[in-house]
Amino acid sequence: MEQQQEVVKGASLWRDAWKRLLKNKLAVFGLAVMIIMVVAVTVGPAIIRWTTGYTYDFIPPDGDLIKSFPPSLQHPMGTDDSGRDILARVLQGGRISLMVGVISTLVSLVVGVSYGATAGYLGGKIDNFMMRVVDIIYAIPYILLVIVLLSAFGGQNAPGWIQSISGALGSGQGLSQIILLFFALGLVSWLTMARVVRGQILSLKNQEFVMAARATGVSTPAIIFRHLVPNALGPVIVYATLTIPSVMLSEAFLSFLGIGVQAPFASWGSLAADGIKNISVFPWQLIFPGVTMALTLFSLNFLGDGLRDALDPQTRKF
Amino acid sequence: MLSYIIRRLIIIIPMALLVVTVTWILIRMAPGSFYSSEKKLPPAVEANIKKKYGLDKPVLQQYGILMGNIIRGDFGDSLKYEGQSVNEIIRRHFPYSATIGILAYLLALAIGLTAGIVAALKQNSAFDYGSMSLAMLGLSVPNFVLGPILVLIFSLWLFWLPPARWGGASSLILPVITLAAIYAAYIARLTRAGMLEVMRSDYIRTARAKGLSEWKVLLKHAVRGGLIPVVSFTGPALAALLAGAVVVEKVFAIPGLGNIFIQSIFNRDEPLTLGIVAFLSILIMVFNLLVDVSYAFLDPRIRYE
Repeated sequence: MEQQQEVVKGASLWRDAWKRLLKNKLAVFGLAVMIIMVVAVTVGPAIIRWTTGYTYDFIPPDGDLIKSFPPSLQHPMGTDDSGRDILARVLQGGRISLMVGVISTLVSLVVGVSYGATAGYLGGKIDNFMMRVVDIIYAIPYILLVIVLLSAFGGQNAPGWIQSISGALGSGQGLSQIILLFFALGLVSWLTMARVVRGQILSLKNQEFVMAARATGVSTPAIIFRHLVPNALGPVIVYATLTIPSVMLSEAFLSFLGIGVQAPFASWGSLAADGIKNISVFPWQLIFPGVTMALTLFSLNFLGDGLRDALDPQTRKF
Repeated sequence: MLSYIIRRLIIIIPMALLVVTVTWILIRMAPGSFYSSEKKLPPAVEANIKKKYGLDKPVLQQYGILMGNIIRGDFGDSLKYEGQSVNEIIRRHFPYSATIGILAYLLALAIGLTAGIVAALKQNSAFDYGSMSLAMLGLSVPNFVLGPILVLIFSLWLFWLPPARWGGASSLILPVITLAAIYAAYIARLTRAGMLEVMRSDYIRTARAKGLSEWKVLLKHAVRGGLIPVVSFTGPALAALLAGAVVVEKVFAIPGLGNIFIQSIFNRDEPLTLGIVAFLSILIMVFNLLVDVSYAFLDPRIRYE
């Protein structure tokens, strides 16, 4: 008798979702690849440096005419035009690519959630105005926004706090450009998030718990951020997971155009962009960064899909 | 219906002007200008340039003149390509983008619809998993990786197709496939989801119950409803495709509008940027209108007043 009472344990939304996620083989595959990828880019560069001495910007001193060697035991992914080890560069570049994905998504999360929740909760004319602003920004090519942000605040014009972050991390302008890129990409990808959150808030705001909060005199900001936003978290997490790969693709696209990550730093996008120039002679320069990036996006997309099915079983899967 | 269409058409012009205005503010916010270069210009020369382009006038007056010209359909001359009007440049480069864009969309529709419908009908089969994994791969391989790899295989190793440049049908194959891949993947996923949703709905059960053959249920009832998400995606997708796929144009050296647009932003070629933005925003709004109108044909429950 006593044992039976213990068995009944409330299954929370999150535990339920976790169980559903683990049942989805593709999502588990995605999760596993992502864990491996994060570990590899975190400790990988140090291991390579310790075992072989190669770093992402180490240029061998010997004067060979051709420096780009195909994959070998010594260089599993070959070397690039300057003789740098591509594996070391891919691992180092992965740090920046993954950081772009995560930090830009966080920026878009903060902006999109606050904006969408405010518009949805206040409603009426304010909501209408705020959503028309979103429509107009939607109509402007995002590449234009990014270029304007990057050129307006790039280089010498970087805001003080960005310069102090990159200074604290012990590097000059290259890094502050990358930090700027994080924010620029985040600031152009919050629009859909704002719409998603607004929709959620609209369906939540007339429920009893909100009325109770209002009746007991809770302030508007507190209602929005303490009561409404936590209840809309499921779709937000799902959408954020799917924002990460799309932001990473945007970064790669910008690097391909030559306005993203600048040398000596590298990202998967900029490595692939460099590789394209030599595609006919040194195909490995494109293939390895390209495939690594594709594998990562592939896993992230599966993980995002799995999370959507797990957290939000009612929404359509597409 | 007709009054709805007319109302939507009328609102396109002020919306496009609004988008152009915001774009203009953005361009003006960025430091530097089309005449700034590594070397600093002598003040007298700079003053002359400003006078020639009307940049010495108060900002609001400049905006007024610009809007006046744009409303008359005159976007002025490009600042970079001397003596060529913006309208001329768009007219010359748009056909290239339109050709590969439309072909790519047709290819994507053919592949995506077939794969999506079959996957939905045979849910959880090997074909379903296979085609959906392939679709996910299509969404995950950046097109600047896919394009060069296709060139490497089909042009440089097999010598089947030309690697780049415009000329003849064979030169279109690789760019169109590269461009279509991601859209085919997206359409396949949308179609599958839409079909799965519809197949469970009451009206399909009714159609089966009244004794229609499975084929008729599928083609006359299910596909029409299941395609709605694909149609909503078509508007923005087709506009994006026609606007030029910057990467594909760059990889395959195609003189389309996408690259001209990016270059105009880099060159601070204000009239050209504004002209293309106006052109594209009108294009997007017209496509969105077409999409909204076609809902009424696909779903009898939707009515426009």
